[in-house]
Amino acid sequence: MRGVKSVKALGLAAAVALAAGTAQAQVSDGVIKIGVLTDMSSLYTDLAGAGSVVAAKMAVEDFGAAAKGMKVEIVSADHQNKPDVGSAIARQWYDADKVDVIVDVPNSGVALAVNEVTREKNKVFLVSGAASSALTGDKCSPNTIHWTYDTWALANGTGRAIVKTGGDTWFFITADYAFGHQLEADTSAVVKEMGGKVLGAVRAPLNTPDFSSFLLQAQASKAKIVGLANAGGDTVNSIKQASEFGIVKGGQNLAGLLVFLTDVHSLGLPVAQGLIFTEAWYWDMNDANRAFAAKFAPQDKGIHPTMIHAGVYSAVTHYLKAIEQAKNDTDGKAVVAKMKSMPTDDKLFGKGTIRADGRHIHDMYLFEVKKPDESKKPWDYYKLRATIPAAEAFRPVDKGNCPLTKS
Amino acid sequence: MFELLGISPQALFGQLLIGLINGAFYAMLSLGLAVIFGLLNIINFCHGALYMMGAFVAYLALQHLGLGYWPSLIVAPVVVGAFGMMLERTMLRHLYKLDHIYGLLLTFGLALVIEGVFRNEFGASGLPYGIPPTLSGGQNLGFMFLPNYRAWVIVASLGVCLATWYVIERTKLGAYLRAATENPTLVQAFGINVPRMITLTYGLGVALAALAGVLAAPIYQVSPLMGSNLIIVVFAVVVIGGMGSILGSIVTGFTLGVVEGLTKVFYPEASSTVIFIIMAIVLLIRPTGLFGRAH
Amino acid sequence: MARDTAPRAKNGYRHQYAIFAFMVALFLVLPYVIYPVFLMQALCFALFACAFNLLIGYTGLVSFGHAMFLGAAGYISAHAAKVWGLPPELAILAGTAASAALGLVVGLLAIRRQGIYFAMITLALAQMIFFFSLQAKFTGGEDGIQSVPRGVMFGILNLQDMMTMYFVVLAIFLAGFLLICRVIHSPFGQVLKAIRENEPRAISLGYNVHQYKLIAFVLSAALSGLAGGTKAIVFQLASLTDVHWTMSGEVVLMTLLGGMGTLFGPVVGAFIVIAMQNYLAQLGSWVTIAQGVVFVICVLAFRRGIVGELGRFLKKPL
Repeated sequence: MRGVKSVKALGLAAAVALAAGTAQAQVSDGVIKIGVLTDMSSLYTDLAGAGSVVAAKMAVEDFGAAAKGMKVEIVSADHQNKPDVGSAIARQWYDADKVDVIVDVPNSGVALAVNEVTREKNKVFLVSGAASSALTGDKCSPNTIHWTYDTWALANGTGRAIVKTGGDTWFFITADYAFGHQLEADTSAVVKEMGGKVLGAVRAPLNTPDFSSFLLQAQASKAKIVGLANAGGDTVNSIKQASEFGIVKGGQNLAGLLVFLTDVHSLGLPVAQGLIFTEAWYWDMNDANRAFAAKFAPQDKGIHPTMIHAGVYSAVTHYLKAIEQAKNDTDGKAVVAKMKSMPTDDKLFGKGTIRADGRHIHDMYLFEVKKPDESKKPWDYYKLRATIPAAEAFRPVDKGNCPLTKS
Repeated sequence: MFELLGISPQALFGQLLIGLINGAFYAMLSLGLAVIFGLLNIINFCHGALYMMGAFVAYLALQHLGLGYWPSLIVAPVVVGAFGMMLERTMLRHLYKLDHIYGLLLTFGLALVIEGVFRNEFGASGLPYGIPPTLSGGQNLGFMFLPNYRAWVIVASLGVCLATWYVIERTKLGAYLRAATENPTLVQAFGINVPRMITLTYGLGVALAALAGVLAAPIYQVSPLMGSNLIIVVFAVVVIGGMGSILGSIVTGFTLGVVEGLTKVFYPEASSTVIFIIMAIVLLIRPTGLFGRAH
Repeated sequence: MARDTAPRAKNGYRHQYAIFAFMVALFLVLPYVIYPVFLMQALCFALFACAFNLLIGYTGLVSFGHAMFLGAAGYISAHAAKVWGLPPELAILAGTAASAALGLVVGLLAIRRQGIYFAMITLALAQMIFFFSLQAKFTGGEDGIQSVPRGVMFGILNLQDMMTMYFVVLAIFLAGFLLICRVIHSPFGQVLKAIRENEPRAISLGYNVHQYKLIAFVLSAALSGLAGGTKAIVFQLASLTDVHWTMSGEVVLMTLLGGMGTLFGPVVGAFIVIAMQNYLAQLGSWVTIAQGVVFVICVLAFRRGIVGELGRFLKKPL
């Protein structure tokens, strides 16, 4: 036992020495190291994945970091959708590999874990891929900025716009876990606030291959709108089978609460047409976006950029701007504070701001999927139904219960 | 509780039909597993991956060869069946003398590799595959709208299941097969090429999985993950039915589809677990499964 | 019979003490060379694999649902530490106890069948636990239980300190490892091996085989729970990953790769698999493919695993 104790004492001394060593190294190391932590092997590979690395690289190039004498390196890793793997990589990046900022992180479970590690190590975390609005709610952190979207914004945007256009009775098909329940609750609240009615909801277990039973229940409810409070494969399967069972032909409409460009691509227009949902960005909206997509797609197996990719680009750009002005990348809190104090402006997201709770504020858009004959070129999938102005798009800061906004 | 009182007999009938359709997939997959297990004594863990391959072959045939749905119903099982026979010849063959568990482990590894390769090649979000035009649309049965394609699935899978059952239980080839299961050495002594028969049987079981994959392609998403979500449920179906029983796996497959369908109406939260609960109960009462023989 | 073999066994196993001493020494030095969080993760999985090996390697029971014990304990420990505010040692114990209880229920059901049936039953029951964890309120769905406090162990060891945490994990791992050694070399362990080799014979010798299997199963579940609870405290989170069936597959891989039925094999296997996951993370989906290939190669070419083959080469059980 004594042996163990003395070894431990030695260990403590070594750890202290090591910590001091790295702290010193960071001040003098002139490299800004960006870690793209994403899903390279599973559900979110296409909507984030390798494309997020491409987006980060393009941001660094377009910023002209080299010409400004800033040395920027990008590393990437696959978190495999496992929170423990993600948090281990984050710790190692911060402790041993001198990574200054982690970006993207689709999958809320992993993002929440990285959020905590980043807070503990006082680095910077720029979320684009994850959906959970807890990141700017009760889990908010002075080291984190949530860039692209969140569950509240999607529920609010879709729910509000649809009720406004007459879709005032809803039935939900909800993925039976916390994420789905949250989406359903957020949307129901908006629908009721706008004077609509929720006729019922059915809880479908995650990864159910067959939704026909739930769709029949939705059909029987006679609700005008069938809200899909699920994600990924579940959403795709439920939309595909809704088309088979003639839900839309029967006069009901589908509202996707979390749909990405890549989902629409995988469904194909004949099945997906008419679907309504909210997104933060679409590649075919203006020339700057189209130019970005033209450069992006060849580098990511032809996949056109999703809002998550665009969010990574925009967030990295703003981060580099802040570092350029602050000339310091060691104190994560200070960097984030600097980022919050500067208005955001880049070619993809345009002008915007970052709130005290870490929420990036910008316009959101309500899209409808085109009919097959309206689509003129590959990946030409959406038409714009409405723009949700930045001021209304996100959860009001006082409703998020974020400790940062209370002092 | 509102659902329990609120459901009309018509709606209930619709749900039963839906359950039967899902049962068709369980039946075809567990039938393939049962055939393979009966002769090779191997739990084919990559069955789900091969089912997925079937759907992908149909997709690729359409994209690159212009082969539509109907030819794919033949092509995909043949291609995947041949692939399966290759696996049997090169890998599974070496394990027959060992504990059965090695077959399970090997096929588990193969499932990881096959799924990984497809995920790498095609991404994870899946690919579109439409319903064949001849079967699009549906019938209004009064109590529900039945898509034609679903009706076809139920007919096709019942036909395939019964044909398989007939071949194994009622023909000479099937008699050899069953005899080889009981005593391979003796059957070999009668001049029948048992190793070749084993290869063909594995091919048949795999082809059934691939056929189920093609049938599934127009209704489910063609995605690398489609098999792994299904396969564990099918395992439970096989345990409930009793391993190696052909008729047992067919009947159990359809029945459990219906049971699951009813759960989706009355208590949807439990619909993913109900089959496992039934499995636990069956094991307590009849450890060999409903149709199983004592080993 | 036991008296006959005991002294010989003691001599035959002497080299294991030497290897054990070497292993301990290595683990004392490693955190100064390799990143400690990685080591802690690997140690937790090593304990998990050793617990699993107690079943597969020494009792001949192949559980394909062991993730449920790892994951369930993780959830209970995380919940105990975060919501009930228990100190880490009690939180880990709570998780271990929960897994032991779960092991008792699952074991009672599963040991009614053998071989692949056993494997499939455990797999199906684990899937049930997965869905329960996904839907239950306290587990937080796909978010998991986050920011679990590490706390202060026994009132003196502040686990916020990385090195303290490491040595606590090491101590837990060694305790579990020694317990497994003790069990394997005890008369009880000899009976387990007899069951593995020839169950009907063990029955005819008058052993209550079911009871032995059940005890082994519960023990293995409890130790898996110990690993899971510790892991939850180390990473300060409990998530669905640990109850998913792929985790059950991973622990089989670790044990198979290292060597089933060897004392040190699972430790080696766990370190290799975790290293693959951590250092190949850049390769994305190739990691799964690589794991599958390793699986296939192990089954086809070297079923004894790395340590098993080494032991055969040295003609000594390792």
